[in-house]
Amino acid sequence: MHRTGRLYGQFETLEQQKETAALGMWVFLVTEVLFFGGLFLAYTVNRSAFSTAFGAGSNTLDIKLGGFNTVVLIMSSLTMAMAVWSAQVGKKKLVSIFLIATLGLGTIFLGVKVIEYKQKFDHHLIPGLGFDMRYRSEHPTATDDPKEMAIEKEEVEKTFAVDPDTNAHGQLYFSLYFAMTGLHALHMIVGAGLLVWLIKGSFAGRFTPQYNTPVEIVGLYWHFVDIVWIYLFPLLYLIDRHR
Amino acid sequence: MSTPPTPVRELPHKHYLNATYGAGLRSWLLTTDHKRIALLYLASVTVFFFIGGVLATMIRIHLLTPGGALVTPETYNKLFTMHGVAMIFFFLIPSIPAVFGNFLIPLMIGAKDLAFPKINLLSWYIYVIGGCFVLYSFGTGGLDTGWTFYTPLSSVYSNSAVTPAVLGIFINGFSSILTGLNFIVTIHTMRAPGMTWFRLPLFVWAHYATSLVMILGTPVVAITLLLAGLERMFHLGFFNPALGGDPILFQHLFWFYSHPAVYIMILPAMGVISEIIPTFARKPIFGYAFIAGSSIAIAVIGFLVWAHHMFVTGESTYAALTFSFLSYLVAIPSAVKVFNWTSTLYKGSISWDPPMIYALGFIGLFVIGGLTGLFLACLGLDIHIHDTYFVVAHFHYIMVGGAVMGYVGGLHFWWPKITGRLYPRALSRFAAVVLFIGFNLTFFPQFILGYLGMPRRYHTYPPEFQVLNVLSTAGASILALGYLLPMSYLTWSMRYGRVAGQNPWPATGLEWKTDSPPLTENFEVTPVVTWEPYDFKNRPDLGLATGTPLPAPALGDD
Repeated sequence: MHRTGRLYGQFETLEQQKETAALGMWVFLVTEVLFFGGLFLAYTVNRSAFSTAFGAGSNTLDIKLGGFNTVVLIMSSLTMAMAVWSAQVGKKKLVSIFLIATLGLGTIFLGVKVIEYKQKFDHHLIPGLGFDMRYRSEHPTATDDPKEMAIEKEEVEKTFAVDPDTNAHGQLYFSLYFAMTGLHALHMIVGAGLLVWLIKGSFAGRFTPQYNTPVEIVGLYWHFVDIVWIYLFPLLYLIDRHR
Repeated sequence: MSTPPTPVRELPHKHYLNATYGAGLRSWLLTTDHKRIALLYLASVTVFFFIGGVLATMIRIHLLTPGGALVTPETYNKLFTMHGVAMIFFFLIPSIPAVFGNFLIPLMIGAKDLAFPKINLLSWYIYVIGGCFVLYSFGTGGLDTGWTFYTPLSSVYSNSAVTPAVLGIFINGFSSILTGLNFIVTIHTMRAPGMTWFRLPLFVWAHYATSLVMILGTPVVAITLLLAGLERMFHLGFFNPALGGDPILFQHLFWFYSHPAVYIMILPAMGVISEIIPTFARKPIFGYAFIAGSSIAIAVIGFLVWAHHMFVTGESTYAALTFSFLSYLVAIPSAVKVFNWTSTLYKGSISWDPPMIYALGFIGLFVIGGLTGLFLACLGLDIHIHDTYFVVAHFHYIMVGGAVMGYVGGLHFWWPKITGRLYPRALSRFAAVVLFIGFNLTFFPQFILGYLGMPRRYHTYPPEFQVLNVLSTAGASILALGYLLPMSYLTWSMRYGRVAGQNPWPATGLEWKTDSPPLTENFEVTPVVTWEPYDFKNRPDLGLATGTPLPAPALGDD
């Protein structure tokens, strides 16, 4: 199909092309909901079966890092929305600035995720042979506060008293944790790639009030990935904080 | 009074097959033309159909004698598993949508191409990559879990190449998702002026419903198989009871897709039949809105019946009752279709062209397959016939008797449009009858075997079942002939067949108002639709008007 300017050959008008692209992204997001849905269902079933171990697993996560990341991601959605708006009103410079800001915030999110994963590795919380929910409290490091470690140890022992198979069920929690946050991170990486592509386009001045479809549909995608995190954060970090 | 158009005896000068956008193979592998992509799919699904067919033949040869005639029990497990995987995931699911849907939806709605031509090509490549993974699995130890991949057999205990197969099906899922996405968006935004929703051909309605199932179901099976694969690779415990996981959860997630997947196979075939029946009965289809609506109803209800595959897993009686009831409900829209097709035939001026014979065969086989589905939806009876050959016979009546009959029928119906040429009439009618007889002889005995208690997936059986098994194997060889015949004369016709002209049958869809084979852009000018669908009386543009004699179908022997 030949392309005339911004209009691909299969379309009659730019409006039709834009409407089509937006609908395509919405339909894609519907499939994504179902894709993550399978994981959310697996999470729900397992959490209702092993709520004690899931609570204990959840409490090992660093709520400060998780909370920070939530703020970062919501900020990035704001900058993304601003980028879309800037493209629509024709502020070409702002488009680039806001896209770069979005990419920066996304990268910070992924960086923090790396730190969190590394912690889990250090604490023997990667599902597999070395997995041990007791490891952290039994091997405190020099930087740990002894008082807090004592509380943590007590909590872990309580958990084991309720559910002697906490190590097996804790692994289920962490399998789901890594599967869900891993899949989410993968979507962030894809999003970052798309942002790089958009930034290149915005430097070339491609996005105008007449033609800004790419910014808009990548924006939709970015907000979706953000919303997934809004669900992941409470389900993974906050389920047992009241103890 | 207008005279029927004289048939064109020459292929058009320029069409999608001889348009050059580059040289040779490159112009095919990098094409974004939906018609060429459809042919890429046609070639690749045929490869998988052939692989699956060879495996099926080996199964039937093995079952000639009670002790098993051909392979070891372990190999037998691999044969039926690989047969299922090749046929379901790589033939049946892409067959009609990816070949005919791809080729015809833009033509039928008067568009130049699908909404996303590049994504369309991408989905073919994804299919090929997924297919390579699965073939790698077949070639390096095979697969013995059953096509259902039940855990923990697939994730822990099986010693066959499960991981590449699961990854291959995971990857292939995205091909299906992108195709469904493309169809939905295309049908929404690319229709020609005047092509309102209720002027859409029923084939397009069926594909809309199919696409809904594709986009809503496939992601779920993708994530499920990914989890099973991760479980196998990294010893995670999602579905492994030894590690606290829940194997029943896998079954729920798997069937949440894999039951609706049956409708991915049968709905497009119903769409094909809804095109063929009015064309060869020379009558508007009876109850257009009901057939269109029943496609959507089947897609929607189809999502609510999955646990009828799990009546014996110990699910609660109330859940089982609900799923049983919902499964019965699917019979209503299915019956609506069958009654409307037969009502269309009533007082029609029927011609016995090959596509029509396939379509009538479809109706017969689908009725048997559908009614025996009700047996299986019945809670009490299902306990008796669960996992027996009754189930095997039932779903082959739907998938082969239904979906494949529709596929081959569609191939005969649109072959002149795809290639611009006709095939031998007598031989093709003979092949359709051979297929029908061979199919019934293969699978009808399996109903009896199942009812008598022969379990599926066993490499051996008691001697008293031999007669029925031999009948089934004999039928399979006739069935094979029924597939090889069309394969050979259709291939022959590509070069030597009589030139078809724009509208050989004649039929009323938009796709018949352009050249055969069509231009790359489909239409010289975007058509404007001013007529109602399946109207054989008020279409002077096709030589169909009140008072004119019905033109005889152009098909004939050379």
